[in-house]
Amino acid sequence: MDTVRLPSVTRVAICGGTHGNELSGVYLVRELQKRERETQQEAEPVSVVTVLSNPRAVQQCRRYTEMDLNRCFTSAILSKQLEVGALYEMERAQELNKILGPRGSATAMDLVCDLHNTTANMGLCLIAYSDDNWISLHVLKYLQREIQSVPVRLVDLGMTRSEAYSLESLGKHGLSIEVGPQPHGVLRADIFSAMQDGVRSMLDWIRRFNSGTFFQGGEVDVYTMVRSVDYPRDPETGSITAIIHPQLQDRDFCVLRPGDPMFLSFTGETQLFEGEEPLYPIFVNECAYYEKGIALWLTRLRKVQIPPVQVQAD
Amino acid sequence: MSCEVSLPEVKKVAIFGGTHGNEMSGVTLVNLWLKNRAEIRRSGVEVQPFITNPRAVEKCTRYIDTDLNRAFTPENLSKQEADDHPYEIKRALEINQTFGPKGSSDAYDVIFDLHNTTSNMGCTLILESSQDHFNLQMVHYIKQAVAPMTCSVLVNEHPFLQYSTSRSVAKHPIGLEVGPQPQGVLRSNIFQSMRLILRHALDFIELFNGGMVFPPCMVDVHQVTERVDYPRDTNGNITAMVHPNLQDCDWEPLNPGDPMFLTFDGRTVEYKGGNTVYPTFINEAAYYEKQQAFVITKRGTLTAGQIKVTKM
Repeated sequence: MDTVRLPSVTRVAICGGTHGNELSGVYLVRELQKRERETQQEAEPVSVVTVLSNPRAVQQCRRYTEMDLNRCFTSAILSKQLEVGALYEMERAQELNKILGPRGSATAMDLVCDLHNTTANMGLCLIAYSDDNWISLHVLKYLQREIQSVPVRLVDLGMTRSEAYSLESLGKHGLSIEVGPQPHGVLRADIFSAMQDGVRSMLDWIRRFNSGTFFQGGEVDVYTMVRSVDYPRDPETGSITAIIHPQLQDRDFCVLRPGDPMFLSFTGETQLFEGEEPLYPIFVNECAYYEKGIALWLTRLRKVQIPPVQVQAD
Repeated sequence: MSCEVSLPEVKKVAIFGGTHGNEMSGVTLVNLWLKNRAEIRRSGVEVQPFITNPRAVEKCTRYIDTDLNRAFTPENLSKQEADDHPYEIKRALEINQTFGPKGSSDAYDVIFDLHNTTSNMGCTLILESSQDHFNLQMVHYIKQAVAPMTCSVLVNEHPFLQYSTSRSVAKHPIGLEVGPQPQGVLRSNIFQSMRLILRHALDFIELFNGGMVFPPCMVDVHQVTERVDYPRDTNGNITAMVHPNLQDCDWEPLNPGDPMFLTFDGRTVEYKGGNTVYPTFINEAAYYEKQQAFVITKRGTLTAGQIKVTKM
């Protein structure tokens, strides 16, 4: 493949606390802000801003106060004329669009990186909107080389820009870093450390890229979202009637074949996966997804060829 | 010193779930049993499943206004009913009416209160007294029955660290704490463990009521001695995390000089106590606001006297 030349990634935003109880990002952003105040900033080929996305939710240590902030970045909500008394997270989304965007404009951040935790056993997972953003895929390749303490993978949402709803879509490039497993409201040193390594290595790659380093192409594994699966529910009350099967619990990114156990009912019956092809489950038993009717997401694994990249000469 | 204790039949038992609305094993089990009591039915005893904090359960949150599991103080329980009380105080008064009054002869005999923790505590039974021979015999029976699965026993009689739980309205209160499980999440293995413990607990009650004599026995326990908070700055923000060497090591020895916390800039803070201690409730999510990173316990052995039912 020919080398792809891309503009430099000069302005980067690191966001934490988009969900107020996902503590690695909250504390990492606080630490980065402390260091900004304490250290001399040298001229660098990248300038980093840090944002605490949902301060009210962070204060209360809750996912959100009125509405999930990370679903508020749709075109509809960003362009809506908000009245007095509008939902807090909608107002905040519009504010963040002004600070980090406006989305789609020349003044938007080059890269928005949003930090999240999950109760699912997903290790360090990069989440991107598509599988052809070469910056994201090169960051994946670099992180996999640099980080040995946790598995590093990339999930592609398989969506177009116009369908975007989450914070990182405000930037010209957007990437979420999701680290788990960690209970919401808990700060684990090992998970914090993994996220810190992820952010550090990502910024490292960006500095090198901006400085003109040539990055070899290659092949990377990408997990593309296919569909979500809800819990079995009581048709009358809607309450769940089965739990993630013990053989599936904590087995994110492990292949799930048709006929494999998926749920265990309260009365002891096993329900099997009834798909037609082997798929890779993720976000298995993520706490926040109960209310969204999601027990797990299924993804398809593909190998993607990425081209060599180098920054565009000025 | 061994003794023989004659106790009346256990006639009224309750199983509390949802004292904290986001601790899902108890919520799910109680809801299951409210629909179908077959599993918890035992001859000669009424077993009442009950959701103690329904509004918190509905919102999948620990509590609405104040922690229900700290609300059963003598001061609160002596209040007059009033509409402007915090929700959980109102609930405490109602629960005390239905299952108490606390300290009276009308109170329920046994209440099991079902909890989950984000700490790696495994199955833990929590007692509020080291002198309750019935409870000590019950936990001894449960421990033997669930083996090789381990069941730890935590006794909290500490004058300042003990607290007024929802189950404390009963004559024999027992806390069931199973972890690790994130708040708001239902894990199959955790759910089944709690179900198993309750099955054996109810069997014990049925055997006791049926006249079985439980001879004197010894129970290994952990007794709460101290609470340790996170290091904090002048604004009250935490400045360090539970050290990776301590994280998930509930019930394991913590020796003087062992790593305890890791600051954000990578410095280790060591345990500076004089003796080896046994920490638990390590990194429980709900305790950040209660200024508690973990609780220190010492190991001990309690003797339970022989117990036998006296039928009226």
